[in-house]
Amino acid sequence: MQQLHIEANQLTKRYGSFTAVDGIDFEIAPGESFGFLGPNGAGKSTTMRMIAATSLRSSGSLDVLGLDANDNGPAIRAQLGIVPQADNLDEELRVWDNLFVYGRYFGLPRKVVRQRADALLDFAQLQQKRQARVDALSGGMKRRLTIARALMNEPKIMLLDEPTTGLDPQARHVLWDRLFRLKDSGTTLVLTTHYMDEAEQLCDRLVVVDEGKIVAEGSPKELIRTYSTREVLEVRFGTAKNEEAAGRLAGIGDRIEVLPDRLLVYDDNGEQALTAVGERGLHPVTSLVRRASLEDVFLRLTGRSLIE
Amino acid sequence: MTELLEPQRDREQAVAEYRRVRRWGWWYVAEHRIRSMRNYVGSLFIIGIGSPIMYLLGLGAGLGVLVNQNQGDNAVDGVGYLEFIAPALLLAGVMVTAAQESTFGVFGGFKWTPIFLGMRDTALTPAQIVTGFALGTMARYVPAACFYMIAMYAFGIIHGWGGLLMIPIAMLLGTAISTAVMAWVSTQRNDRGQLSFVERFVMTPLTLFSGTYFPLETLHEGLHWVGWISPLWHTAELGRLATYGSEQTLWLTVVHILYPVALAVAGWFLSVRHFTKRLTS
Ligand SMILES: Nc1ncnc2c1ncn2[C@@H]1O[C@H](COP(=O)(O)OP(=O)(O)OP(=O)(O)O)[C@@H](O)[C@H]1O
Ligand SMILES: [Mg+2]
Repeated sequence: MQQLHIEANQLTKRYGSFTAVDGIDFEIAPGESFGFLGPNGAGKSTTMRMIAATSLRSSGSLDVLGLDANDNGPAIRAQLGIVPQADNLDEELRVWDNLFVYGRYFGLPRKVVRQRADALLDFAQLQQKRQARVDALSGGMKRRLTIARALMNEPKIMLLDEPTTGLDPQARHVLWDRLFRLKDSGTTLVLTTHYMDEAEQLCDRLVVVDEGKIVAEGSPKELIRTYSTREVLEVRFGTAKNEEAAGRLAGIGDRIEVLPDRLLVYDDNGEQALTAVGERGLHPVTSLVRRASLEDVFLRLTGRSLIE
Repeated sequence: MTELLEPQRDREQAVAEYRRVRRWGWWYVAEHRIRSMRNYVGSLFIIGIGSPIMYLLGLGAGLGVLVNQNQGDNAVDGVGYLEFIAPALLLAGVMVTAAQESTFGVFGGFKWTPIFLGMRDTALTPAQIVTGFALGTMARYVPAACFYMIAMYAFGIIHGWGGLLMIPIAMLLGTAISTAVMAWVSTQRNDRGQLSFVERFVMTPLTLFSGTYFPLETLHEGLHWVGWISPLWHTAELGRLATYGSEQTLWLTVVHILYPVALAVAGWFLSVRHFTKRLTS
Protein backbone atom coordinates (compact mmCIF):
# COMPACT_ATOMS: atom_id res chain seq x y z
CA MET A 1 0.00 0.00 0.00
CA GLN A 2 1.12 3.50 -0.72
CA GLN A 3 2.25 5.56 2.24
CA LEU A 4 -0.39 7.90 3.63
CA HIS A 5 0.18 11.56 2.92
CA ILE A 6 -1.16 12.75 6.23
CA GLU A 7 -1.85 10.73 9.35
CA ALA A 8 -3.12 12.24 12.58
CA ASN A 9 -3.78 10.44 15.83
CA GLN A 10 -5.35 12.15 18.80
CA LEU A 11 -4.06 15.39 17.37
CA THR A 12 -4.49 18.14 19.95
CA LYS A 13 -3.72 21.84 20.12
CA ARG A 14 -4.05 23.84 23.30
CA TYR A 15 -3.63 27.58 23.69
CA GLY A 16 -3.10 27.96 27.42
CA SER A 17 -6.04 26.26 29.03
CA PHE A 18 -8.16 26.51 25.87
CA THR A 19 -8.29 23.45 23.63
CA ALA A 20 -8.68 24.52 20.01
CA VAL A 21 -8.25 21.04 18.51
CA ASP A 22 -9.31 18.22 20.75
CA GLY A 23 -7.86 14.81 19.92
CA ILE A 24 -8.83 14.31 16.30
CA ASP A 25 -7.90 11.35 14.08
CA PHE A 26 -7.78 11.37 10.31
CA GLU A 27 -5.87 9.86 7.45
CA ILE A 28 -5.41 11.34 4.02
CA ALA A 29 -4.21 9.16 1.15
CA PRO A 30 -2.12 10.38 -1.78
CA GLY A 31 -4.26 12.02 -4.44
CA GLU A 32 -7.24 12.25 -2.16
CA SER A 33 -9.17 15.43 -1.75
CA PHE A 34 -10.14 15.93 1.85
CA GLY A 35 -12.23 18.65 3.45
CA PHE A 36 -12.67 20.15 6.90
CA LEU A 37 -16.10 21.62 7.51
CA GLY A 38 -17.12 23.42 10.62
CA PRO A 39 -18.47 26.65 12.08
CA ASN A 40 -16.25 29.61 12.95
CA GLY A 41 -13.74 28.77 15.64
CA ALA A 42 -14.10 25.01 15.16
CA GLY A 43 -10.35 24.58 14.81
CA LYS A 44 -10.04 24.16 11.04
CA SER A 45 -7.30 26.71 10.49
CA THR A 46 -5.45 25.51 13.55
CA THR A 47 -5.44 22.00 12.12
CA MET A 48 -4.25 23.30 8.75
CA ARG A 49 -1.40 25.16 10.46
CA MET A 50 -0.38 22.04 12.32
CA ILE A 51 -0.25 20.13 9.04
CA ALA A 52 1.85 22.94 7.58
CA ALA A 53 4.05 22.60 10.67
CA THR A 54 3.80 26.31 11.35
CA SER A 55 1.93 25.51 14.52
CA LEU A 56 3.26 22.87 16.88
CA ARG A 57 0.81 20.34 18.23
CA SER A 58 0.38 20.00 21.99
CA SER A 59 -0.13 16.25 21.95
CA GLY A 60 -1.01 13.30 19.78
CA SER A 61 0.87 12.44 16.63
CA LEU A 62 0.92 13.96 13.16
CA ASP A 63 2.92 12.66 10.22
CA VAL A 64 2.99 14.53 6.94
CA LEU A 65 4.59 12.74 3.98
CA GLY A 66 6.03 10.29 6.46
CA LEU A 67 7.71 12.97 8.57
CA ASP A 68 6.82 14.08 12.08
CA ALA A 69 5.36 17.57 11.64
CA ASN A 70 6.80 19.02 14.84
CA ASP A 71 10.39 18.18 13.87
CA ASN A 72 10.50 18.60 10.10
CA GLY A 73 8.79 21.89 9.30
CA PRO A 74 11.00 23.10 6.44
CA ALA A 75 11.36 19.67 4.82
CA ILE A 76 7.60 19.18 4.91
CA ARG A 77 6.83 22.66 3.63
CA ALA A 78 9.20 22.10 0.73
CA GLN A 79 6.52 19.72 -0.58
CA LEU A 80 3.44 21.72 0.40
CA GLY A 81 1.47 24.47 -1.25
CA ILE A 82 0.00 26.61 1.48
CA VAL A 83 -2.94 28.93 0.94
CA PRO A 84 -3.59 30.54 4.32
CA GLN A 85 -6.96 31.93 5.31
CA ALA A 86 -5.56 35.46 5.24
CA ASP A 87 -3.45 36.40 2.23
CA ASN A 88 0.14 37.29 3.03
CA LEU A 89 1.44 38.56 -0.27
CA ASP A 90 4.19 41.13 -0.51
CA GLU A 91 2.07 44.17 -1.26
CA GLU A 92 5.05 46.28 -2.20
CA LEU A 93 6.08 43.98 -5.01
CA ARG A 94 4.50 43.50 -8.37
CA VAL A 95 2.37 40.48 -9.15
CA TRP A 96 5.03 38.69 -11.15
CA ASP A 97 7.74 39.45 -8.59
CA ASN A 98 5.62 37.88 -5.87
CA LEU A 99 5.66 34.61 -7.76
CA PHE A 100 9.33 34.95 -8.51
CA VAL A 101 10.57 35.52 -4.95
CA TYR A 102 8.30 32.83 -3.61
CA GLY A 103 9.55 30.29 -6.11
CA ARG A 104 13.09 31.10 -5.12
CA TYR A 105 12.26 30.18 -1.52
CA PHE A 106 11.97 26.61 -2.67
CA GLY A 107 15.43 26.55 -4.16
CA LEU A 108 14.25 26.67 -7.75
CA PRO A 109 16.64 28.00 -10.38
CA ARG A 110 15.75 31.39 -11.84
CA LYS A 111 14.90 29.93 -15.22
CA VAL A 112 12.43 27.45 -13.78
CA VAL A 113 10.91 30.13 -11.59
CA ARG A 114 10.37 32.40 -14.59
CA GLN A 115 8.67 29.64 -16.58
CA ARG A 116 6.40 28.64 -13.76
CA ALA A 117 5.54 32.21 -12.84
CA ASP A 118 4.34 32.79 -16.37
CA ALA A 119 2.37 29.56 -16.52
CA LEU A 120 0.75 30.29 -13.18
CA LEU A 121 -0.23 33.80 -14.18
CA ASP A 122 -2.25 32.15 -16.92
CA PHE A 123 -3.60 29.68 -14.43
CA ALA A 124 -4.77 32.48 -12.16
CA GLN A 125 -5.94 34.62 -15.09
CA LEU A 126 -3.71 37.43 -13.99
CA GLN A 127 -1.57 37.86 -17.09
CA GLN A 128 -2.86 41.36 -17.61
CA LYS A 129 -1.89 42.27 -14.08
CA ARG A 130 1.61 40.89 -14.13
CA GLN A 131 3.18 44.31 -13.71
CA ALA A 132 0.58 45.62 -11.26
CA ARG A 133 1.52 46.19 -7.67
CA VAL A 134 -0.25 43.79 -5.35
CA ASP A 135 -1.84 46.54 -3.29
CA ALA A 136 -3.65 47.61 -6.46
CA LEU A 137 -5.37 44.22 -6.92
CA SER A 138 -8.93 43.42 -5.93
CA GLY A 139 -9.51 41.00 -3.07
CA GLY A 140 -10.41 38.16 -5.40
CA MET A 141 -7.35 38.75 -7.54
CA LYS A 142 -5.13 38.63 -4.47
CA ARG A 143 -6.72 35.35 -3.53
CA ARG A 144 -5.99 33.92 -6.95
CA LEU A 145 -2.44 35.15 -6.76
CA THR A 146 -2.02 33.51 -3.36
CA ILE A 147 -3.22 30.23 -4.82
CA ALA A 148 -0.96 30.55 -7.86
CA ARG A 149 1.96 31.32 -5.55
CA ALA A 150 1.31 28.17 -3.55
CA LEU A 151 1.74 26.16 -6.73
CA MET A 152 5.20 27.51 -7.52
CA ASN A 153 6.94 24.50 -6.00
CA GLU A 154 4.61 21.96 -7.63
CA PRO A 155 3.51 20.70 -4.25
CA LYS A 156 2.52 17.13 -3.44
CA ILE A 157 -0.11 18.42 -1.05
CA MET A 158 -2.11 21.62 -1.37
CA LEU A 159 -3.46 23.10 1.86
CA LEU A 160 -6.32 25.43 1.02
CA ASP A 161 -7.84 27.34 3.94
CA GLU A 162 -11.08 28.77 2.57
CA PRO A 163 -9.64 29.10 -0.91
CA THR A 164 -12.59 30.73 -2.61
CA THR A 165 -13.76 33.12 0.08
CA GLY A 166 -14.02 36.49 -1.60
CA LEU A 167 -14.12 35.16 -5.14
CA ASP A 168 -16.95 35.97 -7.49
CA PRO A 169 -19.00 32.97 -8.73
CA GLN A 170 -17.28 32.86 -12.07
CA ALA A 171 -13.80 32.94 -10.54
CA ARG A 172 -14.88 30.26 -8.11
CA HIS A 173 -15.93 27.92 -10.86
CA VAL A 174 -12.70 28.54 -12.72
CA LEU A 175 -10.77 27.79 -9.56
CA TRP A 176 -12.71 24.59 -8.96
CA ASP A 177 -11.85 23.55 -12.45
CA ARG A 178 -8.17 24.19 -11.77
CA LEU A 179 -8.33 22.28 -8.54
CA PHE A 180 -9.94 19.36 -10.32
CA ARG A 181 -7.08 19.35 -12.74
CA LEU A 182 -4.57 19.39 -9.92
CA LYS A 183 -6.40 16.51 -8.33
CA ASP A 184 -6.39 14.60 -11.59
CA SER A 185 -2.67 15.08 -11.79
CA GLY A 186 -2.31 13.37 -8.42
CA THR A 187 -1.95 16.31 -6.05
CA THR A 188 -3.49 15.74 -2.64
CA LEU A 189 -5.92 18.50 -1.71
CA VAL A 190 -6.77 19.42 1.85
CA LEU A 191 -9.27 22.21 2.17
CA THR A 192 -11.56 23.99 4.55
CA THR A 193 -14.61 25.77 3.33
CA HIS A 194 -17.85 27.34 4.38
CA TYR A 195 -19.41 26.65 1.01
CA MET A 196 -21.31 23.40 0.89
CA ASP A 197 -21.41 23.29 -2.87
CA GLU A 198 -17.65 23.61 -2.86
CA ALA A 199 -17.28 20.74 -0.43
CA GLU A 200 -19.67 18.57 -2.45
CA GLN A 201 -17.85 19.38 -5.66
CA LEU A 202 -14.30 19.02 -4.51
CA CYS A 203 -14.08 16.62 -1.60
CA ASP A 204 -13.85 12.87 -1.89
CA ARG A 205 -14.17 12.72 1.83
CA LEU A 206 -14.72 15.22 4.55
CA VAL A 207 -15.00 15.61 8.27
CA VAL A 208 -17.29 17.94 10.13
CA VAL A 209 -15.53 19.51 13.09
CA ASP A 210 -17.13 21.37 15.94
CA GLU A 211 -15.40 22.75 19.00
CA GLY A 212 -12.21 20.98 18.08
CA LYS A 213 -13.78 17.54 17.69
CA ILE A 214 -14.72 15.52 14.65
CA VAL A 215 -18.46 14.96 14.76
CA ALA A 216 -18.91 13.14 11.45
CA GLU A 217 -16.87 11.71 8.63
CA GLY A 218 -17.56 10.36 5.20
CA SER A 219 -18.08 11.22 1.55
CA PRO A 220 -20.59 14.00 0.88
CA LYS A 221 -23.12 11.39 -0.27
CA GLU A 222 -22.66 9.18 2.76
CA LEU A 223 -23.00 12.10 5.11
CA ILE A 224 -26.21 13.26 3.50
CA ARG A 225 -27.61 9.73 3.62
CA THR A 226 -26.68 9.28 7.26
CA TYR A 227 -27.63 12.65 8.66
CA SER A 228 -30.50 13.84 6.54
CA THR A 229 -33.62 12.72 4.72
CA ARG A 230 -33.53 12.62 0.95
CA GLU A 231 -35.59 15.79 0.56
CA VAL A 232 -36.19 18.95 2.51
CA LEU A 233 -39.23 21.17 2.58
CA GLU A 234 -38.48 24.83 3.26
CA VAL A 235 -41.40 26.95 4.40
CA ARG A 236 -41.58 30.61 5.49
CA PHE A 237 -44.33 32.07 7.58
CA GLY A 238 -42.79 35.46 8.22
CA THR A 239 -40.10 36.14 10.76
CA ALA A 240 -42.24 36.39 13.87
CA LYS A 241 -44.44 33.42 13.10
CA ASN A 242 -41.95 30.68 12.26
CA GLU A 243 -41.47 29.59 15.83
CA GLU A 244 -45.17 29.30 16.51
CA ALA A 245 -45.84 27.48 13.22
CA ALA A 246 -43.13 24.97 14.09
CA GLY A 247 -45.11 23.88 17.12
CA ARG A 248 -48.17 23.19 15.01
CA LEU A 249 -46.19 21.21 12.45
CA ALA A 250 -44.86 18.71 14.97
CA GLY A 251 -45.05 15.18 13.68
CA ILE A 252 -44.66 16.03 10.01
CA GLY A 253 -41.47 14.59 8.52
CA ASP A 254 -38.58 13.11 10.47
CA ARG A 255 -37.42 16.33 12.01
CA ILE A 256 -38.08 20.06 11.92
CA GLU A 257 -35.36 22.69 12.08
CA VAL A 258 -36.25 26.27 12.98
CA LEU A 259 -34.06 28.94 11.42
CA PRO A 260 -34.53 32.65 11.99
CA ASP A 261 -36.05 33.14 8.56
CA ARG A 262 -37.57 29.77 7.69
CA LEU A 263 -38.51 26.26 8.77
CA LEU A 264 -36.91 23.15 7.37
CA VAL A 265 -39.00 20.01 7.35
CA TYR A 266 -36.99 16.87 6.78
CA ASP A 267 -38.90 14.23 4.90
CA ASP A 268 -37.95 11.75 2.19
CA ASN A 269 -40.95 13.01 0.27
CA GLY A 270 -41.10 16.79 0.38
CA GLU A 271 -44.32 17.21 -1.58
CA GLN A 272 -46.11 14.89 0.78
CA ALA A 273 -44.88 16.93 3.70
CA LEU A 274 -46.13 20.12 2.04
CA THR A 275 -49.57 18.60 1.61
CA ALA A 276 -49.54 17.64 5.27
CA VAL A 277 -48.73 21.23 6.20
CA GLY A 278 -51.74 22.44 4.22
CA GLU A 279 -53.96 19.85 5.89
CA ARG A 280 -53.15 21.39 9.25
CA GLY A 281 -54.54 24.67 7.99
CA LEU A 282 -51.23 26.45 7.70
CA HIS A 283 -50.43 28.58 4.70
CA PRO A 284 -46.72 29.41 4.33
CA VAL A 285 -45.81 32.61 2.49
CA THR A 286 -43.38 30.64 0.37
CA SER A 287 -42.52 26.97 0.13
CA LEU A 288 -39.83 25.01 -1.64
CA VAL A 289 -38.96 21.34 -1.91
CA ARG A 290 -35.33 20.53 -2.58
CA ARG A 291 -32.84 17.69 -2.32
CA ALA A 292 -30.93 17.50 0.92
CA SER A 293 -27.41 18.90 0.84
CA LEU A 294 -24.39 19.06 3.07
CA GLU A 295 -25.83 22.24 4.49
CA ASP A 296 -28.48 20.11 6.15
CA VAL A 297 -25.91 17.70 7.51
CA PHE A 298 -24.01 20.62 8.91
CA LEU A 299 -27.08 22.10 10.50
CA ARG A 300 -27.98 18.82 12.07
CA LEU A 301 -24.52 18.20 13.46
CA THR A 302 -23.55 21.61 14.70
CA GLY A 303 -26.89 23.26 15.19
CA ARG A 304 -25.56 26.17 13.20
CA SER A 305 -25.99 27.44 9.73
CA LEU A 306 -22.78 27.45 7.75
CA ILE A 307 -22.51 30.98 6.63
CA GLU A 308 -22.91 33.05 9.73
CA MET B 1 0.44 24.32 -18.01
CA THR B 2 0.57 20.58 -18.58
CA GLU B 3 4.11 20.68 -17.38
CA LEU B 4 2.95 22.26 -14.17
CA LEU B 5 0.54 19.47 -13.61
CA GLU B 6 2.96 16.59 -13.88
CA PRO B 7 1.74 13.94 -11.45
CA GLN B 8 4.71 13.29 -9.22
CA ARG B 9 7.82 15.34 -9.40
CA ASP B 10 11.07 13.60 -9.79
CA ARG B 11 12.02 12.73 -6.26
CA GLU B 12 15.71 13.35 -6.73
CA GLN B 13 15.02 16.76 -8.10
CA ALA B 14 12.86 17.61 -5.11
CA VAL B 15 15.62 16.53 -2.76
CA ALA B 16 18.18 18.60 -4.65
CA GLU B 17 15.94 21.66 -4.46
CA TYR B 18 15.46 21.21 -0.77
CA ARG B 19 19.21 20.92 -0.27
CA ARG B 20 19.62 24.17 -2.11
CA VAL B 21 17.16 25.88 0.21
CA ARG B 22 18.99 24.54 3.25
CA ARG B 23 22.17 26.08 1.96
CA TRP B 24 21.01 29.23 0.18
CA GLY B 25 17.74 30.16 1.86
CA TRP B 26 19.32 33.21 3.51
CA TRP B 27 20.38 34.48 0.11
CA TYR B 28 16.88 34.14 -1.34
CA VAL B 29 15.57 36.31 1.49
CA ALA B 30 18.21 38.95 0.80
CA GLU B 31 17.35 38.76 -2.88
CA HIS B 32 13.72 39.48 -2.03
CA ARG B 33 14.70 42.55 -0.01
CA ILE B 34 16.86 43.88 -2.77
CA ARG B 35 14.04 43.39 -5.24
CA SER B 36 11.76 45.49 -3.00
CA MET B 37 14.34 48.27 -2.89
CA ARG B 38 14.11 48.66 -6.64
CA ASN B 39 10.90 50.54 -5.97
CA TYR B 40 12.72 53.41 -4.37
CA VAL B 41 16.17 53.03 -5.83
CA GLY B 42 15.96 56.61 -7.13
CA SER B 43 15.56 58.19 -3.73
CA LEU B 44 18.15 55.87 -2.22
CA PHE B 45 20.56 57.04 -4.87
CA ILE B 46 19.94 60.70 -4.21
CA ILE B 47 20.22 60.28 -0.45
CA GLY B 48 23.32 58.17 -0.93
CA ILE B 49 25.11 60.81 -2.97
CA GLY B 50 23.54 63.89 -1.46
CA SER B 51 24.09 63.35 2.22
CA PRO B 52 27.88 62.84 2.20
CA ILE B 53 28.36 65.90 0.06
CA MET B 54 26.07 67.93 2.27
CA TYR B 55 27.62 66.82 5.52
CA LEU B 56 31.21 66.99 4.37
CA LEU B 57 30.83 70.38 2.76
CA GLY B 58 28.73 71.81 5.53
CA LEU B 59 30.79 70.52 8.41
CA GLY B 60 34.11 70.84 6.62
CA ALA B 61 33.66 74.29 5.14
CA GLY B 62 31.73 75.74 8.06
CA LEU B 63 32.20 74.15 11.44
CA GLY B 64 35.52 72.61 10.47
CA VAL B 65 37.16 75.94 9.68
CA LEU B 66 36.09 77.32 13.02
CA VAL B 67 37.28 74.28 14.95
CA ASN B 68 40.60 74.20 13.16
CA GLN B 69 41.18 77.91 13.86
CA ASN B 70 40.38 77.55 17.52
CA GLN B 71 42.40 74.44 18.08
CA GLY B 72 45.48 75.41 16.13
CA ASP B 73 48.20 72.91 16.93
CA ASN B 74 46.18 71.18 19.62
CA ALA B 75 43.94 69.42 17.12
CA VAL B 76 42.67 65.99 18.13
CA ASP B 77 44.98 63.28 16.83
CA GLY B 78 46.88 66.03 15.07
CA VAL B 79 44.52 66.04 12.09
CA GLY B 80 42.00 68.53 10.74
CA TYR B 81 38.44 68.47 12.02
CA LEU B 82 37.12 67.01 8.79
CA GLU B 83 39.60 64.15 8.89
CA PHE B 84 38.51 63.51 12.42
CA ILE B 85 34.76 63.41 11.87
CA ALA B 86 34.51 62.04 8.31
CA PRO B 87 34.84 58.32 9.20
CA ALA B 88 32.37 58.76 12.05
CA LEU B 89 29.91 60.59 9.82
CA LEU B 90 29.98 57.76 7.34
CA LEU B 91 29.34 55.27 10.12
CA ALA B 92 26.63 57.37 11.75
CA GLY B 93 24.81 57.29 8.42
CA VAL B 94 25.18 53.52 8.31
CA MET B 95 23.84 53.20 11.82
CA VAL B 96 20.76 55.31 11.15
CA THR B 97 19.97 53.50 7.91
CA ALA B 98 20.44 50.04 9.40
CA ALA B 99 18.34 50.94 12.41
CA GLN B 100 15.56 52.41 10.31
CA GLU B 101 15.38 49.50 7.92
CA SER B 102 15.44 46.98 10.75
CA THR B 103 12.84 48.83 12.76
CA PHE B 104 10.18 49.52 10.18
CA GLY B 105 11.15 46.72 7.83
CA VAL B 106 10.89 44.09 10.54
CA PHE B 107 7.81 45.46 12.23
CA GLY B 108 6.13 45.84 8.85
CA GLY B 109 7.25 42.38 7.79
CA PHE B 110 5.09 40.94 10.53
CA LYS B 111 2.21 43.37 10.23
CA TRP B 112 1.87 45.85 7.41
CA THR B 113 3.26 43.86 4.52
CA PRO B 114 3.51 40.46 6.13
CA ILE B 115 6.42 39.13 4.11
CA PHE B 116 7.68 37.06 7.03
CA LEU B 117 4.38 35.21 7.21
CA GLY B 118 4.75 34.43 3.53
CA MET B 119 8.29 33.19 4.08
CA ARG B 120 7.13 31.08 6.99
CA ASP B 121 4.91 29.08 4.62
CA THR B 122 7.95 28.00 2.59
CA ALA B 123 10.93 25.77 3.21
CA LEU B 124 12.82 28.63 4.89
CA THR B 125 13.83 28.63 8.55
CA PRO B 126 13.63 31.62 10.91
CA ALA B 127 17.43 31.67 11.04
CA GLN B 128 17.58 32.09 7.28
CA ILE B 129 14.99 34.83 7.38
CA VAL B 130 16.97 36.76 10.01
CA THR B 131 20.27 36.33 8.21
CA GLY B 132 18.78 37.23 4.86
CA PHE B 133 17.08 40.29 6.22
CA ALA B 134 20.25 41.60 7.85
CA LEU B 135 22.07 40.98 4.59
CA GLY B 136 19.38 42.66 2.52
CA THR B 137 19.74 45.71 4.75
CA MET B 138 23.36 45.88 3.69
CA ALA B 139 22.13 46.59 0.19
CA ARG B 140 20.91 49.89 1.55
CA TYR B 141 23.84 51.09 3.59
CA VAL B 142 26.81 49.62 1.76
CA PRO B 143 26.24 51.64 -1.44
CA ALA B 144 25.70 54.73 0.71
CA ALA B 145 28.94 54.00 2.58
CA CYS B 146 30.72 53.61 -0.74
CA PHE B 147 29.51 57.00 -1.92
CA TYR B 148 30.71 58.48 1.35
CA MET B 149 34.08 56.87 0.96
CA ILE B 150 34.43 58.07 -2.61
CA ALA B 151 33.46 61.57 -1.56
CA MET B 152 36.09 61.44 1.19
CA TYR B 153 38.72 60.53 -1.37
CA ALA B 154 37.41 63.18 -3.75
CA PHE B 155 37.59 65.91 -1.11
CA GLY B 156 41.08 64.78 -0.25
CA ILE B 157 40.03 63.88 3.29
CA ILE B 158 41.56 60.44 3.06
CA HIS B 159 44.51 59.12 1.12
CA GLY B 160 45.91 55.66 0.63
CA TRP B 161 44.40 52.22 0.82
CA GLY B 162 43.39 52.36 4.46
CA GLY B 163 40.23 54.25 3.59
CA LEU B 164 38.88 51.19 1.81
CA LEU B 165 38.62 49.52 5.18
CA MET B 166 35.69 51.83 5.90
CA ILE B 167 33.45 49.43 3.99
CA PRO B 168 34.08 46.30 6.08
CA ILE B 169 33.91 48.47 9.17
CA ALA B 170 30.56 49.80 7.97
CA MET B 171 29.35 46.23 7.45
CA LEU B 172 30.42 45.30 10.95
CA LEU B 173 28.56 48.23 12.47
CA GLY B 174 25.53 47.75 10.23
CA THR B 175 25.22 44.09 11.14
CA ALA B 176 25.56 44.77 14.85
CA ILE B 177 22.85 47.43 14.66
CA SER B 178 20.55 45.41 12.38
CA THR B 179 20.55 42.29 14.49
CA ALA B 180 20.29 44.15 17.79
CA VAL B 181 17.37 46.22 16.55
CA MET B 182 15.69 43.17 14.97
CA ALA B 183 15.96 41.27 18.21
CA TRP B 184 14.00 43.99 19.92
CA VAL B 185 11.52 44.93 17.20
CA SER B 186 10.52 41.30 16.62
CA THR B 187 9.10 41.24 20.14
CA GLN B 188 6.93 44.31 19.51
CA ARG B 189 3.42 43.41 18.46
CA ASN B 190 1.85 46.86 18.37
CA ASP B 191 3.27 50.21 17.44
CA ARG B 192 2.38 52.70 20.14
CA GLY B 193 5.04 55.11 19.06
CA GLN B 194 7.92 53.15 20.56
CA LEU B 195 9.37 52.51 17.13
CA SER B 196 10.09 56.13 16.30
CA PHE B 197 11.06 56.64 19.92
CA VAL B 198 14.04 54.38 19.35
CA GLU B 199 15.10 56.37 16.37
CA ARG B 200 14.93 59.68 18.16
CA PHE B 201 15.93 58.81 21.65
CA VAL B 202 18.34 55.93 21.15
CA MET B 203 19.99 56.41 17.80
CA THR B 204 20.34 60.19 17.98
CA PRO B 205 21.94 60.25 21.45
CA LEU B 206 24.18 57.39 20.40
CA THR B 207 25.36 59.56 17.51
CA LEU B 208 25.79 62.62 19.71
CA PHE B 209 27.60 60.94 22.58
CA SER B 210 29.66 58.42 20.68
CA GLY B 211 32.60 60.56 19.79
CA THR B 212 31.22 61.37 16.39
CA TYR B 213 31.59 65.15 16.39
CA PHE B 214 34.11 65.36 19.22
CA PRO B 215 36.32 62.85 21.02
CA LEU B 216 34.70 60.85 23.76
CA GLU B 217 37.24 62.24 26.26
CA THR B 218 35.78 65.71 25.78
CA LEU B 219 32.53 64.52 27.32
CA HIS B 220 31.93 64.55 31.03
CA GLU B 221 33.26 61.31 32.46
CA GLY B 222 29.83 60.32 33.66
CA LEU B 223 28.76 59.99 30.03
CA HIS B 224 31.65 57.90 28.74
CA TRP B 225 29.67 54.71 29.19
CA VAL B 226 27.41 55.77 26.33
CA GLY B 227 30.41 55.56 24.02
CA TRP B 228 31.51 52.26 25.45
CA ILE B 229 28.15 50.59 24.85
CA SER B 230 27.75 52.22 21.47
CA PRO B 231 29.00 50.18 18.54
CA LEU B 232 29.21 53.50 16.68
CA TRP B 233 32.01 54.73 18.94
CA HIS B 234 33.96 51.49 18.66
CA THR B 235 33.70 51.39 14.89
CA ALA B 236 34.39 55.11 14.52
CA GLU B 237 37.64 54.56 16.42
CA LEU B 238 38.42 51.73 14.03
CA GLY B 239 37.64 54.03 11.11
CA ARG B 240 40.04 56.66 12.42
CA LEU B 241 42.72 54.07 12.76
CA ALA B 242 42.09 52.92 9.20
CA THR B 243 41.84 56.34 7.54
CA TYR B 244 44.57 58.36 9.21
CA GLY B 245 46.26 55.93 11.57
CA SER B 246 45.13 57.48 14.84
CA GLU B 247 47.07 56.37 17.87
CA GLN B 248 45.48 53.37 19.50
CA THR B 249 46.76 50.61 21.73
CA LEU B 250 46.40 47.12 20.35
CA TRP B 251 44.08 45.95 23.09
CA LEU B 252 41.71 48.82 22.38
CA THR B 253 41.65 47.92 18.70
CA VAL B 254 40.80 44.38 19.64
CA VAL B 255 37.97 45.60 21.86
CA HIS B 256 36.71 47.87 19.09
CA ILE B 257 36.45 44.84 16.82
CA LEU B 258 35.18 42.30 19.31
CA TYR B 259 32.44 44.42 20.83
CA PRO B 260 30.44 44.93 17.60
CA VAL B 261 31.06 41.29 16.68
CA ALA B 262 29.69 40.15 20.02
CA LEU B 263 26.70 42.43 19.63
CA ALA B 264 25.99 41.07 16.16
CA VAL B 265 26.22 37.46 17.32
CA ALA B 266 24.04 38.02 20.38
CA GLY B 267 21.57 40.03 18.30
CA TRP B 268 21.39 37.27 15.73
CA PHE B 269 20.67 34.54 18.25
CA LEU B 270 18.03 36.59 20.00
CA SER B 271 16.43 37.58 16.70
CA VAL B 272 16.25 33.96 15.60
CA ARG B 273 14.64 33.02 18.87
CA HIS B 274 12.08 35.82 18.67
CA PHE B 275 11.31 35.18 15.00
CA THR B 276 10.80 31.49 15.71
CA LYS B 277 8.39 32.31 18.47
CA ARG B 278 6.54 34.85 16.38
CA LEU B 279 6.26 32.62 13.33
CA THR B 280 4.99 29.49 15.04
CA SER B 281 1.79 29.42 17.02
N1 LIG C 1 -2.78 31.92 18.31
C1 LIG C 1 -3.88 31.66 19.03
N2 LIG C 1 -3.92 31.90 20.34
C2 LIG C 1 -5.02 31.62 21.06
N3 LIG C 1 -6.14 31.09 20.57
C3 LIG C 1 -6.17 30.80 19.26
C4 LIG C 1 -5.04 31.08 18.42
N4 LIG C 1 -5.37 30.69 17.17
C5 LIG C 1 -6.62 30.22 17.23
N5 LIG C 1 -7.12 30.28 18.49
C6 LIG C 1 -8.44 29.84 18.92
O1 LIG C 1 -8.64 28.52 18.47
C7 LIG C 1 -9.99 28.33 18.04
C8 LIG C 1 -9.99 27.76 16.65
O2 LIG C 1 -9.54 28.74 15.73
P1 LIG C 1 -9.40 28.45 14.20
O3 LIG C 1 -8.81 29.65 13.58
O4 LIG C 1 -8.71 27.16 14.01
O5 LIG C 1 -10.91 28.31 13.75
P2 LIG C 1 -11.52 28.02 12.33
O6 LIG C 1 -12.23 26.72 12.41
O7 LIG C 1 -10.50 28.17 11.29
O8 LIG C 1 -12.60 29.18 12.21
P3 LIG C 1 -13.03 30.10 10.96
O9 LIG C 1 -14.08 29.36 10.23
O10 LIG C 1 -13.61 31.30 11.62
O11 LIG C 1 -11.82 30.39 10.15
C9 LIG C 1 -10.67 29.69 18.15
O12 LIG C 1 -11.44 29.70 19.33
C10 LIG C 1 -9.54 30.66 18.27
O13 LIG C 1 -9.90 31.76 19.07
MG1 LIG D 1 -10.16 29.43 9.79
